[in-house]
Amino acid sequence: MAELRIPRRRFLTGAALAASGAALSGCFDDLADRGKPVRGVLTSAERLTYEAQRLLLGADALAPEYAASEVRQAMRPNGTTGPRDPEYQRLAAAGFTDWRLSVTGLVERELSLSLDEITNMPSRSQITRHDCVEGWSCIASWTGVPLARVLDEAGVKPAARYVVFHCFDTMENGFTGPVRYYESIDLRDARHPQTILAYALNGTTLPVSNGAPLRLRVERQLGYKMAKYLRAIELTDRLSGFGDGMGGYWEDRGYEWFAGI
Amino acid sequence: MSDEETQGMTTLREGEPQDDGQDLRPTGRLVYRQALTTRLAHWLWAAALFFLLLSGLQIFMARPNLYIGQQSGFGFDNAVLSIDAERQGPRIVGYVDLLGHRFDTTGWLGAIAEDGQLQPRAFPSWMTIPGYRDLATGRVVHFFFAWMLVATLLFWFVASLINGHARRDLVPTRRELGGIGADIVRHLKLRFAHDGRYNILQKLSYAAVLFLLLPLMIATGLTMSPGINAFAPWLLELFGGRQSARTIHFAGMLLLVLFFIVHLVMVLLAGPLNELRSIVTGWYRTDPEAS
Repeated sequence: MAELRIPRRRFLTGAALAASGAALSGCFDDLADRGKPVRGVLTSAERLTYEAQRLLLGADALAPEYAASEVRQAMRPNGTTGPRDPEYQRLAAAGFTDWRLSVTGLVERELSLSLDEITNMPSRSQITRHDCVEGWSCIASWTGVPLARVLDEAGVKPAARYVVFHCFDTMENGFTGPVRYYESIDLRDARHPQTILAYALNGTTLPVSNGAPLRLRVERQLGYKMAKYLRAIELTDRLSGFGDGMGGYWEDRGYEWFAGI
Repeated sequence: MSDEETQGMTTLREGEPQDDGQDLRPTGRLVYRQALTTRLAHWLWAAALFFLLLSGLQIFMARPNLYIGQQSGFGFDNAVLSIDAERQGPRIVGYVDLLGHRFDTTGWLGAIAEDGQLQPRAFPSWMTIPGYRDLATGRVVHFFFAWMLVATLLFWFVASLINGHARRDLVPTRRELGGIGADIVRHLKLRFAHDGRYNILQKLSYAAVLFLLLPLMIATGLTMSPGINAFAPWLLELFGGRQSARTIHFAGMLLLVLFFIVHLVMVLLAGPLNELRSIVTGWYRTDPEAS
């Protein structure tokens, strides 16, 4: 029995190894091709994740907040840490006194807010954990104005569904000019109590490396959603008119729009 | 599903289906060992875990470091594992740092040869989906198959409670537990009983994977989600923080790989064709003396 079985086993082992070898040597690289239908099937799970989290999480379910003793290190800067755009550098050199945040799109009143006006609005401070899509986490204390407060000031029109954040930092130079960082969230996350436009980090003015003068905090999503170097906020009913239409710089490059996972 | 199928492993039938003429234990009886739901779940798991493993390693490659606690130590040290590369003069050295002990893994981990040139990269390209660095695709693949794993596990739990597979085939009896020493000896001697039932080591390892390890992987995976943290903050406390959960998720992966290797070796040792037949068609040939 053994004599007859061993060749068969060998054959099976060999076949299994050959199959897995073929499978593992890049046979699934097509999955990266966003034009292929299989990618569409795979990304449909993102919709499932989004709907599941929207179902499970109450609108105001809070991200965990930590004790001051948990702030054990400087906030790790990531992504762009020093925009080289001349406009940004000019504003930074003047201490952002000439900087304005514009609020436009589907709003009753367009706004153009100075840093002073923003810091004089009611503020919220929170010690939260920043989770990078790469896998690391860092706990820091953030202070800013609740985005809901700014939206109320502008008056959101009923047709609006998303808030788009336009940034100063140029990520690359495309055929049609500089490609700047941008992001978007839905109104449910925009009106979440912990969603703030932050101007202070760990008790001091927000440093350039972390997004000065103003950056977004969306505590129930990953770091790339939290746009730095804010320039303008735009209310819209669709994301198709921005960038490549996926809702953000990294989303245009294949990352999930909903980064709650 | 027929009544016979729902009865699962204990159903005995003679002479059916036709003997394939290759098995050299012609007098043994064929038993209907695996219900359709079990077989379906097995292959869905196999596919899902294959993609979860390779896409998971792709995701891990974006930060091949493991930490203990809520956060990753940059201003302090709470790392337990790092896969990295460093330049030593003209050459690149890949290494694994495990709890402060450094192992040179050049060519295997940390520094991988690409086109004959060593590059800093945690894993060789055959270990990741896609083969090149692509975190976005790794995440898309991982979360799709994570949903598939969860759905299959729920489907299998319900089916196995209804058809009795879980209680009958996976929960060990007191007598079996008492005979565990003898069963270990039998395994070491590579003497396997083909009576159509799971032995005690099989029961324990399958039960551990299905009732403990897979739920642990799902729970630690969910603990890494900032959205789920807002929904169920107790998960963070259960696992000791997001970075600890990530470390446990990685350790669980290693255990699943270990299970997979042992599982395949056992299939090969116990008679691969008969074992494969039972997990494909449900029919398993027992030893003559067993029937």
